[in-house]
Amino acid sequence: MTPDFWNDYGMPFLFMVLQIVITIGAVIFSVAYLTYAERKVQGAMQRRQGPTTVGPFGLLQPIADGIKLLSKETIIPSQANKPVFFLAPMLLFSLALVAWAVIPVSAKIVIADINVGVLYLFAISSMGVYGVIMAGWASNSRYAFLGGMRSASQMVSYEVSMGLVIVCVILATGTMNLSEIVTAERPVWLQILLLPMLVVFLVSILAETNRAPFDLPEGESELSGGFMVEYSAFAYAMFFLGEYANMILMSAMATILFLGGWLPPFEIQALAFVPGIIWFVLKVCAVLFFFLWTRATFPRYRYDQLMRLGWKIFLPLSLIWVVVIAGTLLYMGRI
Amino acid sequence: MNLFFAARSFLLVEILKGMWLTLKYFFFVPRVTINYPHEKGPLSPRFRGEHALRRYANGEERCIACKLCEAVCPAQAITIEAEPREDGSRRTTRYDIDMTKCIYCGLCQEACPVDAIVEGPNFEYATETREELYYDKAKLLENGDKWEAQIAANLVKEAPYR
Repeated sequence: MTPDFWNDYGMPFLFMVLQIVITIGAVIFSVAYLTYAERKVQGAMQRRQGPTTVGPFGLLQPIADGIKLLSKETIIPSQANKPVFFLAPMLLFSLALVAWAVIPVSAKIVIADINVGVLYLFAISSMGVYGVIMAGWASNSRYAFLGGMRSASQMVSYEVSMGLVIVCVILATGTMNLSEIVTAERPVWLQILLLPMLVVFLVSILAETNRAPFDLPEGESELSGGFMVEYSAFAYAMFFLGEYANMILMSAMATILFLGGWLPPFEIQALAFVPGIIWFVLKVCAVLFFFLWTRATFPRYRYDQLMRLGWKIFLPLSLIWVVVIAGTLLYMGRI
Repeated sequence: MNLFFAARSFLLVEILKGMWLTLKYFFFVPRVTINYPHEKGPLSPRFRGEHALRRYANGEERCIACKLCEAVCPAQAITIEAEPREDGSRRTTRYDIDMTKCIYCGLCQEACPVDAIVEGPNFEYATETREELYYDKAKLLENGDKWEAQIAANLVKEAPYR
């Protein structure tokens, strides 16, 4: 029995640990430089420079910020529910990491190639609302509570239309496996049909990740930081990491569902020599740029406007579109 | 007409316009940032910064302890004590400005008949303690010696308008 132990358990375990370490490292590194990119992009759009001082072109700024955050004192409100208070940021951050298990970054590189990848991803991204609402409730502060409530209703509202958008994609590709969604054949008419859903999806992921112009849960001006208001130091850093990791995750989701994942853009075969992972990263970066771009462009929505957009426009629109796509597919004999 | 508006809002015309604007800024519009400690913006000769007590060219203090500045100071930041010197001329023995009270209105330099107290072009005198901002006569005279060249040039520039 003993000789097999290493081969049966040791090696797979080490391999798993390696995968986890690489994923976490990559995500945290991307988050760090996403914050840098955000400040640079926003700066450029507002005629500013962004960070320039720490390191060449300010490239070490995220690291300096990280060290600053981690070396601060963790403050716990005396009325807070401590276990829940600390569970919330952990939950949010770990959920943003867990989802990466099913993301196919190229044709071969995927940790778990499961059949219901879309459902898994959707379920994990919806769980994030628990972290937010737990944080809001456990802080025992009015601002945090209001932020948590807002966030919960906002996420629930936009998940509905996001789910319908995903239904459209599943209908069009006929599979729930993320790798197969990428490789599924998509004629031009189908892509044009999916285009409005891409717009709905992009706006929904803005709301889902609490990004401007839908950053009401944070709402600096009226809630002074929303559900994060009582957090400091490491717990705050976890929220921060979680939020940005979620942005990257959602961008990856948009890339896989709509932008063709690791395939070269517009299926130009001449560009196929570039490794798939590079196309994937570039596409994710493009979606992330869209995130930063909208943040620099639009003012925050009012709460009723946000709800109206979610329930009265996106929901009917995506519902109708599910019918349109299903009907067209049936007519074309694809289902 | 309603159809027109519906089409406009569903095709996101306004939103795309806004995004195009920020994209233009992103690529084409130059930055306006001044890298402050390394680059500095222009200062008017009328700039009212850190106070200084000036001297005549022969080294004699200009201040004659008329206390007009003390009287005019709306924040009552200036404290002056004076008595005749050995040679009989009237001079201050104490000239304090509490920089934490000062509102930088410039009335003291307006009031001064001999251009002794002036607000110079220096604005980088942040300190680590509050006490360091209670300026006494020695500190003010030192400022005057330090910034005399610029202060004098600024006064010449402003002379036609005073």
